[in-house]
Amino acid sequence: MADTPATVTLTIDGREVTVPKGTTLLKAATEAGKDVPHYCYHDGLSSPAQCRLCLVEVEGAPKPMPSCVTQAMDGQVVRTESELALDMRKGVLEFYLVNHPLDCPICDMSGECNLQNYVHEEGREHGRSREPKRVFGRDDFGGDVLYYGDRCVMCTRCVRFMSEVEQDHRLTVVERGSRSVIDTFFEEGLEGTHWHGNVVDICPVGALVSKDFLYKARAWDLTHTPGVCPNCSQGCNIDLHVRDNLVQRLKPRENLEVNAFWMCDYGRGNYEWINRGDRLEAPLVREGGSTRAMGWKDALSRLLAGVEGASGKGIRAVASPFSSNEDLAALRALVDEFGGGEIVYRSARAEDEIVLKGFPTLARRRDLAPNGKGADLLGMKRVGGDDATGGLEGVAGHGGIVIVLGDALADQGADFGSAAALYVYLGGHGGPATANAHFVLPTATFAETEGTFTNFEGRVQRFAPALDAPGASRPAWLVLNALVAERTQGEVPRTAAAAFAVAGTKAGPFAGMRYDEIGPRGAVVNETVSLSGD
Amino acid sequence: MAYPYVSDREVRVLSRYFGDPMARRVDTYVERGGYQAAKKAFEMGPDAVIEEVKSSGLRGRGGAGFPTGVKWSFMPKEPTRPHYLLCNADESEPGTFKDRELIRWDPHQLIEGVLIGAFAIRAKQAYIYCRGEFFETTQVLARALEDAYAKGYVGKNIQGSGVDIDITVHLGGGAYICGEETALMNSLEGRRGTPRVKPPFPAAVGAFGMPTTINNVETLAAVPHIVNNGGAWYRQWGTEKSSGTKLFCVSGHVNKPGNYELPLGFPLMDLINDVCGGVRDGNKLKAVIPGGSSVPILTAAECDCALSYEGVQEAGSMLGCASVIVMDETADIVKQVRRMVQFYAHESCGQCTPCREGTAWMTRILRRIEDGRGAEEDLDTLVEMSRQMTGTTICVLSDSAGAPVVSSINKFKDEYLALIRRGERVGVA
Ligand SMILES: Cc1cc2nc3c(=O)[nH]c(=O)nc-3n(C[C@H](O)[C@H](O)[C@H](O)COP(=O)(O)O)c2cc1C
Ligand code: SF4
Ligand code: SF4
Ligand code: SF4
Repeated sequence: MADTPATVTLTIDGREVTVPKGTTLLKAATEAGKDVPHYCYHDGLSSPAQCRLCLVEVEGAPKPMPSCVTQAMDGQVVRTESELALDMRKGVLEFYLVNHPLDCPICDMSGECNLQNYVHEEGREHGRSREPKRVFGRDDFGGDVLYYGDRCVMCTRCVRFMSEVEQDHRLTVVERGSRSVIDTFFEEGLEGTHWHGNVVDICPVGALVSKDFLYKARAWDLTHTPGVCPNCSQGCNIDLHVRDNLVQRLKPRENLEVNAFWMCDYGRGNYEWINRGDRLEAPLVREGGSTRAMGWKDALSRLLAGVEGASGKGIRAVASPFSSNEDLAALRALVDEFGGGEIVYRSARAEDEIVLKGFPTLARRRDLAPNGKGADLLGMKRVGGDDATGGLEGVAGHGGIVIVLGDALADQGADFGSAAALYVYLGGHGGPATANAHFVLPTATFAETEGTFTNFEGRVQRFAPALDAPGASRPAWLVLNALVAERTQGEVPRTAAAAFAVAGTKAGPFAGMRYDEIGPRGAVVNETVSLSGD
Repeated sequence: MAYPYVSDREVRVLSRYFGDPMARRVDTYVERGGYQAAKKAFEMGPDAVIEEVKSSGLRGRGGAGFPTGVKWSFMPKEPTRPHYLLCNADESEPGTFKDRELIRWDPHQLIEGVLIGAFAIRAKQAYIYCRGEFFETTQVLARALEDAYAKGYVGKNIQGSGVDIDITVHLGGGAYICGEETALMNSLEGRRGTPRVKPPFPAAVGAFGMPTTINNVETLAAVPHIVNNGGAWYRQWGTEKSSGTKLFCVSGHVNKPGNYELPLGFPLMDLINDVCGGVRDGNKLKAVIPGGSSVPILTAAECDCALSYEGVQEAGSMLGCASVIVMDETADIVKQVRRMVQFYAHESCGQCTPCREGTAWMTRILRRIEDGRGAEEDLDTLVEMSRQMTGTTICVLSDSAGAPVVSSINKFKDEYLALIRRGERVGVA
């Protein structure tokens, strides 16, 4: 039996391309290096073929064909930029502008708007409409979303997101013809839904805007840095949009293995803490009765001496599931070096998972931190309640070495660590519970460093630094690994890749993974591997 | 009996009982030979019925003129899923008023046609989708259907034949676009009445996702006659390509507007002058729209044509649903065209950008020209827009809006120019 060929070969703008059977012309054109303009089509939604912007010429077809739903066929000759295709698209673009207010100067989308882009690329230089435009005004859709009906291009992406992906029919088209407008069902709106922020992302123009972001920044003033959402263990891929060294908003970044194109409202809205001020900026060393700020070199040499001195009495540590694998592995290495005491961490749990029905492998997980899994794999133990408090009695009264990494100890009293022979605190913010610390060392947050998180399913994902770390703060892994290296006379890992390699020496599932080989989709650990000698 | 107007040149097959209030009663219908065709069809079997209808040459009366028997033969022969027959009684095309009359005077004729159509395509359920504004019509139909059920002409084991067919009457919400076949399906299913992208075609994926055939009221009303008398009998009227009789809805500036059933191929000028008693007030004929508002306009000089699908096409327009709109010398073409385009703008479902924005923009430009504030470039813009609105959308409503604009600019440019250059209206009506 001969296999039926699973591919078709066609010609697009003179270039031959071979694509799997069933591929649409739009996707085939992308293969051929052509982006066909489109609005209603979105990779994550059904294709209603209604904007009519992606029309292309297909030899032999009586009419221009919508490339988003027309399947590529063997031997087809397609022209995306023929006179006919360009004329039709120019027509569609002019039709959009008949009613579009062109209020770009006050529109939040300006600079990243596909109506601007397409019209600049292919539209007429001057609009011919002299008629008054239709006026709808602004509507509050509830939740974080405002609707500017005048700007709407009626692509229905937002309606389809709510009905197909969130599967909670909150939006619809009302009226018809050029009176069509998107609306909510009476007063219900988007309030109380959990994924509605995505409608703002997929709106190709400035019709749907985020109340939170409104008038905060112009698109062209933002830098975009790829990151991983720190707000639950799903690990949605995101971009951090930053201006003036402050995160202005979080946007989902495509990863079909984790979050497709989406992120939840909880994760999206929960970024202010990343910008929190009152940071620790210099190493603080308590000597005698007073605390002194000093440079890293001095602080570290004193610290090393302190650790050596106190090492006989056992070591206990508190970690944080907001720390990267690199930080946690360095902590594990340090604790092991000094006799291998227990490392605990505290982590908040939500009551329920919030599953995205149309893409059910994505959920806002109960575990509201990005790297609990990494801590577990490195042999750390979760303690305390679902509100991430308590559980530190054993550490608070410990008489040996106490190391706290990243947990701000907000619920702990001022006597925390008073019994310790040596109490070292590494974090971004100080508080009452750091009062007894012999060393308070400023460390960078995930947003300020490069590194990885391990999500709930064991997927290791990289993030890049989006912000400058304040003052003298440094990645915790650099500080902790330096101490280990001093003691072992080994080499100090100077890159995130080298710091990640430490995890492989500390936990089997990380062994054999290489930092540079973790691609844009992340890489899943093999939990069955254990380190030889274990 | 003089149903508003009748003419001795008519061949009244479907409209025979127009004006007879007794005809809508089931007993009268049966006395006059009703429901015999259904019985006969059930005995013939579905394939023989399809062959008979094919041989009659009957073409769809909903506008496109697609051969009915051929359409039926697209349906799967061995159903694995439910099949549906939909009867399109959404009649909303400006100038069209035949389906309403067929239903209110002779509802059983339609019900019998629906039974035969459903049987032929192997459907056990049929829906008659009535235009939202057809209150009285729908009441008459629903009453007739109730009677037919009570007498065993519809439902389980019809007339002891073992055939089960249910018919449901559905009243729409009142939107022209719901007459488009796939919008009708969406509306029937309880969704927004928006046309679907084709393919898939209804014979594969139709109402409720099942194989579906949709036919116009007049198409189905002709079927019992064809089954009773044979395809050859039906072909005694009309032309090779346009067989049978057809209801012509004549409106506008004639002395006797109304519904007239005539053999296809009937001369348009005879329809106006003879059947309809001529142009009103002895005025001169200016223009005719021969097939409902969606087709190109004909000038008086072009009206010397035969009213068959091919004849009207040769003259440069389309027969559509044979709604003949007659305009005399007092007609203001720009105003008439604006009103039609305004209708399409109002009725556009709004999915497709060219249609949604184009129809509304055209209306505003035409309105401005009418008000004497037009410019000659506006005509170029209108023609270019029509080009970009034609063949670029999901359904043909968009094309329909462009057709009268382009044809009127081509044929009556002087009327536009009189308004643009001198602010003079050529007509008053
Ligand atoms: C915008 C639009 C409106 C239509 N309205 C009607 C209508 O009111 N009644 C009708 O029978 N067909 C209407 N049609 C045609 C139907 O789509 C379909 O072709 C017809 O019902 C098929 O029946 P037939 O084959 O018996 O003609 C319309 C088509 C379009 C594009
Ligand atoms: S609001 Fe935005 S996403 Fe929704 S239909 Fe309008 S343009 Fe499309
Ligand atoms: S699901 Fe979790 S990771 Fe994804 S956006 Fe929400 S909080 Fe962030
Ligand atoms: S052409 Fe007009 S009426 Fe038809 S589907 Fe498109 S927008 Fe709707």
